[in-house]
Amino acid sequence: MTDTIVPQTTRKDWTSDQEVRWCPGCGDYSILAAVQMLLPELGVRRESTVFVSGIGCAARFPYYMNTYGMHSIHGRAPAIATGLAVSRPDLDVWVVSGDGDALSIGGNHLIHALRRNVNLTILLFNNQIYGLTKGQYSPTSEQGKVTKSTPFGSLETPFNPVSLALGAEATFVARTHDMDRKHMMETFRRAHFHRGAALVEIYQNCNVFNDGAFEAITGKDARAEKLIPLVDGEPIRFGAEGEHGVMLDADGRLRLVEVSDVGVESLLVHDEAREDPGLAFQLSRLARGPFEPTPIGVFRAVERPEYGDAMTAQMARAEEAKGVGDLGALLRSGGTWTVEA
Amino acid sequence: MTSTTTDRQTNGSHREGAPTIDLDRVVVRFAGDSGDGMQLTGTRFTTVSALFGNDTATLPDFPAEIRAPAGTLAGVSAFQVQISDHDILTPGDAPNVLVAMNPAALKANIGTVARGGIVIVNNDAFDDRALEKAGYGSNPLLDGTLDGFRVYEVPMSSLTMEVCREAGVKPRDAERSKNFFALGLVSWLYSRPTESTIEWIAKRFADKPQVLDANTRAFRAGFHFGETAELFESNYQVHPATALPGTYTDVTGNTALSWGLIAAARQARLGLFLGSYPITPASDILHELSKHKNFGVRTFQAEDEIAGIGAALGAAFGGALGVTTTSGPGVDLKSETIGLAINLELPLVVVDIQRGGPSTGLPTKTEQSDLLHAMYGRHGEAPLPIVAPSTPSQCFEMAIEAARLALKYRTPVILLSDGYLANGSEPWRLPTLAELPDIHVEFATEANHSDPDGSSSFWPYQRDPVTLARPWALPGTPGLEHRIGGLEKADGTGNVSYDPVNHEKMVRIRASKIAGIAHDIPPVEVDDEHPGGSELLLVGWGSTYGAIAAGVRRVRKRGIHVAHAHLTHLNPFPANLGEVLASYRAVLVPEANTGQLVRLLRAEYLVEARSLTKIQGVPFHASEIEEAILDALGVTPQPGMELQSPVEEAS
Repeated sequence: MTDTIVPQTTRKDWTSDQEVRWCPGCGDYSILAAVQMLLPELGVRRESTVFVSGIGCAARFPYYMNTYGMHSIHGRAPAIATGLAVSRPDLDVWVVSGDGDALSIGGNHLIHALRRNVNLTILLFNNQIYGLTKGQYSPTSEQGKVTKSTPFGSLETPFNPVSLALGAEATFVARTHDMDRKHMMETFRRAHFHRGAALVEIYQNCNVFNDGAFEAITGKDARAEKLIPLVDGEPIRFGAEGEHGVMLDADGRLRLVEVSDVGVESLLVHDEAREDPGLAFQLSRLARGPFEPTPIGVFRAVERPEYGDAMTAQMARAEEAKGVGDLGALLRSGGTWTVEA
Repeated sequence: MTSTTTDRQTNGSHREGAPTIDLDRVVVRFAGDSGDGMQLTGTRFTTVSALFGNDTATLPDFPAEIRAPAGTLAGVSAFQVQISDHDILTPGDAPNVLVAMNPAALKANIGTVARGGIVIVNNDAFDDRALEKAGYGSNPLLDGTLDGFRVYEVPMSSLTMEVCREAGVKPRDAERSKNFFALGLVSWLYSRPTESTIEWIAKRFADKPQVLDANTRAFRAGFHFGETAELFESNYQVHPATALPGTYTDVTGNTALSWGLIAAARQARLGLFLGSYPITPASDILHELSKHKNFGVRTFQAEDEIAGIGAALGAAFGGALGVTTTSGPGVDLKSETIGLAINLELPLVVVDIQRGGPSTGLPTKTEQSDLLHAMYGRHGEAPLPIVAPSTPSQCFEMAIEAARLALKYRTPVILLSDGYLANGSEPWRLPTLAELPDIHVEFATEANHSDPDGSSSFWPYQRDPVTLARPWALPGTPGLEHRIGGLEKADGTGNVSYDPVNHEKMVRIRASKIAGIAHDIPPVEVDDEHPGGSELLLVGWGSTYGAIAAGVRRVRKRGIHVAHAHLTHLNPFPANLGEVLASYRAVLVPEANTGQLVRLLRAEYLVEARSLTKIQGVPFHASEIEEAILDALGVTPQPGMELQSPVEEAS
């Protein structure tokens, strides 16, 4: 039997003996560090923690965690993790994915895991490029992006992962970035404690194939002016002195304003538990890309029955109504006849 | 259906002055529009016959369209059943009785009816418009088309409407009950007990009192029509078959398979997790299992085929008996995940209810064309065990066998059933629970490797020396944390390895593990009444069992010695198969594909096996097997030895 008291652990306990093989300078290192530093604080056990990934650079993540893990196939991690999470509600299941893995080849599984509200913490490393296959455009690459497979520029409109998740009925959607460990840890912590599917988009730098994609908003000098921290129950404001803000116009549109012009009482107060996802959706689309002021933090956190819990409850009700399954009776349920010896 | 043991009933269907003639068997084919309820009628006739004690074998035959245009050939749905007083193996080659609810049903099916057979038509449906829709230039009831058949014209629609009118049912609704009139009439014709059908109607339509009333009235009216209308010169009875003592039920392949999966989980002491996506003809397994949540069954209707198997594999990682059910197109989509399961070495049962292909092919028609797909349909060296039931009831046993191999060897296993087995039914002598095999396996609980520094660690790919299976360590087990994945593993530690020599070693270990299963499955049994004296060995697999065995019986009646071996394990083959093949001068392999097993046998054993194929979406007839055997042996049928031998399958 396991102890009821979770042993104290340190980052080292959560680090596997495998050599980390991402490119030097990759944003994935700081995400790995944030997760490894957070887990000792969560009061969870290594043996009850599982990381499931698909394919891509981010998908190597489970190998570096001293937990249970599965590095599966391209795009399928949410589906595999769904089977694990619903049949083992005692486990803490994390999905690590990238923009190609989660939004291109695995788009279908992602939206359905979110809609079902399976108890998964999904970390979506968004670097807006295919790294492992060496530099093709991804479903989050901006239109016009010149890559190996789009020498004349991408023709495609990118996905906005937060908008997509909100549209897929997600109950928890957040965004963070690889340059701010504290913000990542706080966001991951919230996602972990959310019962149901939690999606965290992480702006992550690929210093080899798409270096500086988020530099304009996540760079140390840019953050104050370009990142809009969402704080539940607080007016949405940003800038070094909180001098800018977000206001809901009479025509229903969000607008960036100067607090000095409109007064703090006119700013939109962030309500992550708001039933209607409309405002969260608008917030997710405030910036046209990672060059304009961009909200980060928790967009939406609402409660809805978790899928595995609901399935377990249905099984319990069936057992209550019909009794524990009796195989002998089942085999006879279609009517029988007897041939005497 | 009744849930209690039913006594053999005698019945009062005999009409004064009209003789009741004993038959040893009869083949009845019900045919009508897809919306006419022919499957229900046929199934009910089968059940009542099975409960009466006859041996039965069925062939449901319906279009892929839910409701093709009414009255057209495309919309004809049929259900064929053979009932017998002795052990039978097939639903019969040629019906003795065709019930045709409209001209299209007649046209689509008359070609199958035995010469001199009975044709009962609903002549209400033979108006000009219906004849035209069916493509009849003139009325076949009048123009001599049916010469040589015993034709009974019964106004089923109007008689049904008439009895229902008395009950206040609207004519349009009443007309829908005409299939019960047909069932009643055929029930009288073959002296079937009526009580259980009336009880069944009452239960089935309990929530629709008016439909219940209409169906009951129609059924009784049909029965009484046979009894009182002096249309039929006699009726018939088929006495119960002598069967092994025991308790029997009538079961379809898909139901037996579903119950087998529940039984497998019970015998393994594991939760059952089904990840599945609706697809014909496999969906019934999802439906059936989703009813039985009180057996600890989790059913997950996934967003697609890939998610269905993915979730099952995830559940297997967590310690469940993971199962996915599908048909050929779904197997295509699952191939990558099957490969992953082979590399992860986790247990997984993949059920393929085969249908006609390629692509969407013939969704509702049977075929055995996924064998090579199951063998080779993955990239890389990716062997896995393949099992195949031979009859509907054997689906139960083979589901347990698939689970046993998957759990013991930590491998995905493909179970190949097909549309014929899935929807066909037969009486099944129920096993006692004590007869079921114990397929429980142990999970890893502790470290299994001593490191050079004296400490111990867990190696997820350290194998059992006998089975070569790796340990199954569940998340939640302290100290055994490990990572698995699709990248090549280092032997033992399971860490990612690109080492060339290790890769070859791992490929060979995975192959040896599967090949070694040959020693853990029963040797193939040969049905040979004259060992050493038989001139030909027939080798089959899957649903061709009944037709092959029946064909062999026919040939034996001619004094010709032939042998039959039927494989339930397609990969690996039973250890004695090579020896068996070598001991016959000639080998004939009938298959409902272009010759897939025969290729495997030739490749594996260098035998000169001949192939007999049929790719028409319908099972072989016993006569086709008989003919092929005679042809293979160079025997010309003598006068009086025509292929349609009268007692075709009596053993």
